[in-house]
Amino acid sequence: MSEPLRFRGGGFVIGPKPISSCLGGLAVIAIWQAVSSAGWVSPIFLPSPAGIARALGEMALSGQLWRHLGASLQRILLGFALGSAAGLALGLALGLLSHARAAGLPIVSALFPIPKIALLPLFILWFGIGEPSKVATIALGVFFPMAIATYSGVDQVPRTLIRMAQSFDVPTHAIVAKVILPGALPGILAGVRISASIALILVVAAEMIGAEFGIGAFILTAGNLMRTEDLLAGVCLLSILGLAVGFLVSLAERRLLSWR
Amino acid sequence: MRLIVEHVSHGYGSLEVLDDISLTVEEGEILAVIGPSGCGKSTLLGILGGLLEASRGRILTDGAVPSGSLNPITYIFQDFALLPWHSVAANVGFALEHHRLDAYERKGRVDEVLAMTGLLDFATALPKQLSGGMRQRVGIARALAVKPAILLLDEPLSALDAQTRELLIEEFLALWLAHRTTAVYVTHNLDEALRLADRICVLSRRPGRIREIVAVDAARSERGMAALAPLRERLWRLIQEEARAADREHV
Repeated sequence: MSEPLRFRGGGFVIGPKPISSCLGGLAVIAIWQAVSSAGWVSPIFLPSPAGIARALGEMALSGQLWRHLGASLQRILLGFALGSAAGLALGLALGLLSHARAAGLPIVSALFPIPKIALLPLFILWFGIGEPSKVATIALGVFFPMAIATYSGVDQVPRTLIRMAQSFDVPTHAIVAKVILPGALPGILAGVRISASIALILVVAAEMIGAEFGIGAFILTAGNLMRTEDLLAGVCLLSILGLAVGFLVSLAERRLLSWR
Repeated sequence: MRLIVEHVSHGYGSLEVLDDISLTVEEGEILAVIGPSGCGKSTLLGILGGLLEASRGRILTDGAVPSGSLNPITYIFQDFALLPWHSVAANVGFALEHHRLDAYERKGRVDEVLAMTGLLDFATALPKQLSGGMRQRVGIARALAVKPAILLLDEPLSALDAQTRELLIEEFLALWLAHRTTAVYVTHNLDEALRLADRICVLSRRPGRIREIVAVDAARSERGMAALAPLRERLWRLIQEEARAADREHV
């Protein structure tokens, strides 16, 4: 007696579902709005999405948004540029030079876990309450993950590629530029992604300790005045900023790492 | 160009890998090096290529570098060693980048070797888009682009399936017959060695010493399985003996 073979290989395959991913977010916002509109939760404790959007719109119209966003972005960009450049240089040294690795790796490993915001009071003492102490906190926070990501990126470049370049008498500086750096790029970009998130956390924390402008300062002031709509508008800005950074890094990965 | 190996020994710390290797690779011959796993074949090739420094002994080259040769001693790698972010043409061109060639001459050389290896239509492809056999063709093309005087091949076909290996042996032989470049061919595959080599150097178990260097007298066109069966049997016994002894020592 013949019978059709039973298919038993279904399931356990995760595929993209764009409609579900849009609906998920919209559903959360819709439920939130419904709860707020029904008056089940006081707007002081949980403002409605519409209220937050209104607060954001008002911020944009009054120019406050750009002033705070501009101040935060300036600190992030400067701190990130300084910290990541230094981290990249140290990571390369740790990856390429035996003495640098032997001497530097224990120090980096010891300093990396320190929450850098704990050093802000010290930086304020060194650099004053103004911009340099905030930029230094961000730079230091970015420096260690960049150094470690670059170091492990360099370490993961297949040795056979380096030997290949040596076998063709390629000069050392060209091996670094044309084999090691491109080979370490996946690791370096992973470091950029982590460092950018750390920079975002640190800028908010630093601005909450002592700043007139900046998203962190705005959120702190709104909290002190119980203006929770403004507070969550600031939080939304941070979320948008985080998404934008993630998008830019993904874009860079797609363009620079298309060979993978 | 000849390659002369004089009393070369090598070790990693207390681990002796090669012991007193002396041999000469004659101009225009393929010398195959075979032996049990871990006998130091690849280490020997690394030393011949100047990528490893021998603990003792020395390597000499004898004879003028042919005109136009940009890298007299050139390596072909087991795992192809292609830069994954470069196209086929750029991988081949990488070997030429650091030499004083104008762009026209460089492109000419790249196109020439891509045509020789049947890769011209794949010049813009990335390594990830190619099969293993095609990737090794790129490795061969890159080596030919610098017009080597001595080719060092480190198990170039061992990462490939049997069919691709067969195809590449034929293609490599055709290319080699056109240029007759001196070559050292490290392999663990006895049949590859018998098909390609003028002489076969059998290394002992670690630390690798020369057990025997055997000439393969039959012309390459007449190297059928039957013709080489007695030689194959003799070489296989040598390798088997060494591999079994190595296994016993390992236990």
